[in-house]
Amino acid sequence: MEAPATHSTAEPLEFCDATKRYPGTSAPAVDGLSLKVPAGEICVLVGPSGCGKTTAMRMVNRMIEITSGDILLGGRSVKDRKTSELRREIGYVIQHIGLFPHRTISENIGTVPKLLGWDKGRIKKRSEELLELIGLPAETGKRYPSQLSGGQRQRVGVARALAADPPVMLMDEPFGAIDPINRERLQNEFLRLQAQVRKTIIFVTHDIDEAIKMGDRIAILQEGGKLAQYAPPAELLTYPASRFVEDFVGSDRALKRLALQRVRDIDLWKAAAIRVGTPVAEARAKIAEADVSFAMLVDERGRPLGWLSDRALTGERVTEELRSPARPIVELDDVLRDALADLLSSETRYGAVVGVDGALAGVLSLEVIQHFLQAAPTESPTGADLLAE
Amino acid sequence: MTVPLAQLQIQEPGGSDACAAANDFCPSWIVENIDRYWSPLLEHVYLTLAPVVIGFAISLALAILAHRRRWLTGPIITVTGIFFAIPSVAAFFLLQPITGLGYTTAIVALVSYTLLIIFRNITNGLRNVPAETRDAALGQGLTERQVLFRVELPMAVPEIMAGLRIATSTTVGLAALAVFAGAGGLGTEILLDKRFKSNVAVAGGLAVLLAALFDLLLLALQRAITPWQRARA
Amino acid sequence: MSLPLALLGDFGEAIKFIFQERESVSGGVQIGGIPEMAGFGLTHMHVSIVAILIAAALAIPLSLWLGHIGRGEFVATATSNVGRAVPSLALLAFFISFIGLGLNNVIAVLVLLAIPPLITSTYVGIRQVDRDAVDAARGQGMTGWEIVSKVELPLALPSIFGGLRTAAVMVVATATIAPLANVQTLGTPILTPQTYGFVGQLGASIVVALITVAVDFVFARLQRAVTPAGLKLSEMPARRRFLFTTKRSFKPT
Repeated sequence: MEAPATHSTAEPLEFCDATKRYPGTSAPAVDGLSLKVPAGEICVLVGPSGCGKTTAMRMVNRMIEITSGDILLGGRSVKDRKTSELRREIGYVIQHIGLFPHRTISENIGTVPKLLGWDKGRIKKRSEELLELIGLPAETGKRYPSQLSGGQRQRVGVARALAADPPVMLMDEPFGAIDPINRERLQNEFLRLQAQVRKTIIFVTHDIDEAIKMGDRIAILQEGGKLAQYAPPAELLTYPASRFVEDFVGSDRALKRLALQRVRDIDLWKAAAIRVGTPVAEARAKIAEADVSFAMLVDERGRPLGWLSDRALTGERVTEELRSPARPIVELDDVLRDALADLLSSETRYGAVVGVDGALAGVLSLEVIQHFLQAAPTESPTGADLLAE
Repeated sequence: MTVPLAQLQIQEPGGSDACAAANDFCPSWIVENIDRYWSPLLEHVYLTLAPVVIGFAISLALAILAHRRRWLTGPIITVTGIFFAIPSVAAFFLLQPITGLGYTTAIVALVSYTLLIIFRNITNGLRNVPAETRDAALGQGLTERQVLFRVELPMAVPEIMAGLRIATSTTVGLAALAVFAGAGGLGTEILLDKRFKSNVAVAGGLAVLLAALFDLLLLALQRAITPWQRARA
Repeated sequence: MSLPLALLGDFGEAIKFIFQERESVSGGVQIGGIPEMAGFGLTHMHVSIVAILIAAALAIPLSLWLGHIGRGEFVATATSNVGRAVPSLALLAFFISFIGLGLNNVIAVLVLLAIPPLITSTYVGIRQVDRDAVDAARGQGMTGWEIVSKVELPLALPSIFGGLRTAAVMVVATATIAPLANVQTLGTPILTPQTYGFVGQLGASIVVALITVAVDFVFARLQRAVTPAGLKLSEMPARRRFLFTTKRSFKPT
């Protein structure tokens, strides 16, 4: 997958005391929201229902008009723009996608380019390019939305939003209607895509796990449309600014932090990697140097085969006698939470960690993870006192 | 006690052969006399097409108006509902002091009959467009007018065509009564000799065939302009 | 009364015809006025009511049963297609030429016209009842008859009364041409201009139009009255009350 040749640069987005008050209601739906989203980052708006997150997002392309305050796109007020022109510059992805059932997939993707008056050849080329980018075969372009699966439709929804290469994208619970397994896949796909296209994205969800996974920054909103905290995910989990944020991210926020770290980010234990036929004396020396008292038998390319038993070390040279198989095997790129899950489900305290080449890179243990969690303080010294009710 | 429709000349059972004289169902008489039905049939086609086309144009305009101003829907349904309830025979006479005898009266009455059917179907078709499709269209920067003409109306086509099919077959049936407005059509032939079996069978049969033919044509048209309806995974 | 009526031209004369007797166009007979019109009206309503009752007695139980067992969709939809395509005038002429004149034949024609909309509306009404509701009823141990009478029928009543409304308006309208079969309804002045003149035709047309609009109105009210309160609430949120008057689309089937 190659990134499209031409790229509009992403623009920063800024909410300046943006407020939405519906006529006839006393409490505002969004109350003086101020935050900056740097160009090319994903800002997730998250919060319980009725917190105004969708309203805040929809004020950006003025699907909902701003009551007071302002929103600046690339430093320019969205209020000064003609709504239809503004919206053509902002990608828009919603939970129910809203593909046009009477148009083919190519025509759906080409909606905004056509509004912008691109010529036919260019629209065709662009829609082929985008189908490839989202990993759908080119002939999908001739089909109708009813012929696609939910996941495929969602990908087309993203392609359609990217069609005119907008600097900013708005995504309202884009994966909310997808089953959990496909949702995870689509999230990962989207993160890879974003690594290529680098758009400024406002992403709305009610799911804190999704927010932590997708967001470069997370804005937690609470009832009445008030901003409770705006911070990168790790900071949010480590230093929740208030009781509300603490409750919202959940009592398992220590576990959630595990989802933010990869195995390669922490200090692993060293283990002795020993091949069959190695002199026992040499093996024993290696074991003495390692952090673990057991040795890992590896093949000639260093890939783990299993934990050696004591009997394997009784002769002159190491024999192939195993105490237990090398399970689980964790990769350096796995997130810590998944690695921990692997450890727990294998009912073992040690997991072999391998690199991209499959060779043993170290050992992950429950102690290692515990150490990592204790390393960072879990309580903010002042934040909670400042904002708690 | 009364003489039915003396203003129309009552003919003795036509044809010279014995079958016709005995008023039986006579294929040979039909073959000999089929020519006399062509011009009423053409009139009938005209009496069907003109009201449906005009009725569609008016209903579409009303539906678009009511789409913008929702409060108009109720009053429009009420008024066209009254037109729909008035029997066409009565309408043909109620209009005569204003539009006289002839095509105009027949067509005005038949148009008024199609309005409720077509208007209601267009309105429902527009309303059945999912809210998220509208939202996605507006969110991509289509103007209200573009949403209506590029998204809502095309998506309403199946329901609109359903309305047109019903309006058309209903109008074929009612056009048989246009003879009372002095506008001809197959009803003229039926009334001319309503006791002669062969005549009634041919004239009535042609009307039924005409309705079936229009329905098939409209169905074919609908399939041609809604390819997405047939596309299923 | 006569001055404003004069301003109405033909219509004024026609209204006078309804209320006051006069000499016929061809002379010698007294026509028009309340007694004669009432006589025509009684015959008109007689054939219409008998036809509707017979048609309802035949069509509704049959299609209730078909809808309940979920069979016969083809029959239910084909009848309405064929029914719409046959002109009422052609059907009446067919009866006159092949079977004969008279009250019973006119009623038979009207019954045939009323059956298709009744079959379709009853069948559709039953089939569109939420299958989950029927399933829940069966799960709670209701018998087939209890499901029909306590769940399906109440929920289908609005649709059935919609069909009755269509059928009733159609029957009353078609009874206007009954005089072609020597049954003297309100259509008699319309079809006998040599006696009644244009004024008589117009006067009878006014009466017929008023009666059908009234029938339509009454059945619309009945339709609303039989709609279960729960359905009314869900179909008519205060903001979109007109939806109810809009009802379903017309569907060729």
